Amino acid sequence: MDFTPTEDRRMIGDSLRRYLAEQYPIEHRNKVAYEGVFHDPAKWAELAELGILGALVTEDDGGFGGAGFDITTVFEEMGRAICAEPMLGNLMALRLYAAHGESERVEAIIAGAERAAFGFDESDAYGDLDEITTTADGDTLTGRKTVVYGGNSADFLLIAAKSASGALGLYEVAASDAEVLPYAMIDGAGAAEIILDKAKARCLAEDARAAIEAALDAGRVALCAEAVGAMDVLKVMTKDYLMQRQQFGRPIALFQALQHRLVDFSIEIEQARSITIHAAARLDSEDAKARALAVAQAKNLIGRASKLVAEEAVQMHGGIGMTWEYAGSHYAKRLIMIDHQLGDTEDQLRTAMALSDISEPA
Amino acid sequence: MDLNYTPEEEAFREEVRAFLKDNLSEELATKVRNGRDLNKADLEGWHATLNSRGWLAPGWPVEHGGTTWDAVHMHIFEEECARANAPRTVPFGLGMLGPVLIKFGTEEQKATILPRILSGEDWWCQGYSEPGAGSDLASLKTRAIRDGDDYIINGQKTWTTLGQFADKIFCLVRTSTEGKRQEGISFILVDLDTPGIEMRPIKLIEGGFEVNEVFFTDVRVPAANMVGEENMGWTIAKYLLGHERTNIAGVGASSEALSQLKALARKVKRKGKPLAQDPIFAAKIAEVEIDLEAMRMTNLRMLSGVADAQGSVSSMLKIKGTVIRQAINDLSRRALGATAAPFPSEDVIGNYAIAPAEAASNAANYFNNRKLSIFGGSNEIQRNIIAKETFGA
Repeated sequence: MDFTPTEDRRMIGDSLRRYLAEQYPIEHRNKVAYEGVFHDPAKWAELAELGILGALVTEDDGGFGGAGFDITTVFEEMGRAICAEPMLGNLMALRLYAAHGESERVEAIIAGAERAAFGFDESDAYGDLDEITTTADGDTLTGRKTVVYGGNSADFLLIAAKSASGALGLYEVAASDAEVLPYAMIDGAGAAEIILDKAKARCLAEDARAAIEAALDAGRVALCAEAVGAMDVLKVMTKDYLMQRQQFGRPIALFQALQHRLVDFSIEIEQARSITIHAAARLDSEDAKARALAVAQAKNLIGRASKLVAEEAVQMHGGIGMTWEYAGSHYAKRLIMIDHQLGDTEDQLRTAMALSDISEPA
Repeated sequence: MDLNYTPEEEAFREEVRAFLKDNLSEELATKVRNGRDLNKADLEGWHATLNSRGWLAPGWPVEHGGTTWDAVHMHIFEEECARANAPRTVPFGLGMLGPVLIKFGTEEQKATILPRILSGEDWWCQGYSEPGAGSDLASLKTRAIRDGDDYIINGQKTWTTLGQFADKIFCLVRTSTEGKRQEGISFILVDLDTPGIEMRPIKLIEGGFEVNEVFFTDVRVPAANMVGEENMGWTIAKYLLGHERTNIAGVGASSEALSQLKALARKVKRKGKPLAQDPIFAAKIAEVEIDLEAMRMTNLRMLSGVADAQGSVSSMLKIKGTVIRQAINDLSRRALGATAAPFPSEDVIGNYAIAPAEAASNAANYFNNRKLSIFGGSNEIQRNIIAKETFGA
């Protein structure tokens, strides 16, 4: 066994970390994340130039990475900077385009020339592909997709919809052919409601279920890595604050009750890192069930750890942790809201219960 | 022991309920139910409504405009107000300065200030915490130096809740640097119109504006504005900490939040069924319901004075009450799944109708209510108080 990242991944992680530290400091992040187009198109183009999007796709599909560990390398850095660029939506779209041999689109997204997003959730079908009601009729789609990550800034929308056969199909709609209602999320970055009323659509596959599940799992692993990156930073902020904040004539870091709490959440961060590595390795498995179980286990643990770290960090900062001006509050929000994306702690628990052998006969 | 309400108490509940039905507008109740920010007019209007019925300051003695309610009546009143989605009254004048003046104020202070709190002529805010004096409040540095018939105040206060609406502020200031830190603190009343005061808003984690920094530069205040003797401020502050226990657990508010959570869980779907029917989520609601049911009894038991705990009673109620409220906020956010994410703007709540209107601010409220375990003496400080009493040191 070898837990050392490959040289290539280390290099891309380092260069992304440097780039974000210089070009995407928290002040800039907060300026773009909550207003206007809810991200920074110029920075998106630069990330594409750095090759970050290419790292999310395999060589065969036109990229130069694409493995679970490539995704975690990129997203851990995104999390360290709580970068508001629409990486999650484009990751899932890239995986779906690649799975359907759409090499032109893949190339354009990797180059930063086009952006895409993936619409799957509906208001009564949250994290549940079986309840999707958006329906294809000939070459049109009708339905509503809710909270589409990066849908605010996408040129093309990939939509999961029921095809004529009743299977879950995958369709592409040009953003200009849909009604797109953009907004900021409470933790920053953009999303959109996508309203489709006989919207012109191109069918990529009548039955895309397996590819959709794989793309969602890739997204989940990405979110796990993003959370690990954000937790690492928030831990350091909290530790630094406890050492610097003086009350009762000493740094509050000297109070054992607070030391133990920081230690407890540090242990959870290591557990979170480990299970993310485990899920990233399984993401490349041919065994879809083994992959889905590992990913659900990871995102469940990440949800629990993120909540603990976010809440404890705010609490130990006191009033400062409650302010917009303090960077840590935005990390805490991101960590809490990651749990709402692509199925929360309880959803993952349901999946893990169903896929593990817990309930096999005695 | 008899845990039933007496006929008189039941009649009182009906009276409160009827009053709320007749006097709380649907518009205001909806705003409260949906977790929207209340403006100054909303709060002042509700205060006036309660004042006209003599129920604005139920904890004050009757001669000052209060009531004779005992703990059970207080509890019933709080429960009914919360159930009807009435705004919570602003505590700084009613629950804090009022009781302080009644206990420590001069006859003149009582006669001039108390009626103006009730009438709404004066909106009071609190100047306790400073950037370097939060949990360790006794380390506060804002100085008040005697100059003839005045004090001259210099320094900075922070976390002043709703200071943007206030006319006046009561402050803890340092009047002596000799001896023990606690013995050099005084309690003084300041008109916010006095030259040299600047109020700056602090934006909070969820994007709202509730608290402020207050800067004092050579602010001249009449010595007659001091409450109690010079250097008696710490005694007053400690009295206040233990005084307003009635509402500290927020049982009524948590009960209403829990019933809203249940309603939401019945409305939203997971896996094709109402979320309330999902055993994992339902189990979490049931757990917090159990905790709240116990809290309701703990609150009544302790406020009825049966429990033998002393100063730590309010600390215990505060810790457990805030933890329960935060657990309900947590589930209320989770119930929304992906649709908890939108930043609550007019577009998002109204036009886009992403989440049910009454739940569109659930994530924002969850973040905002992280304050509950931090303000009013953090839960860590409350634990210190209980520990000190338990171990006697």
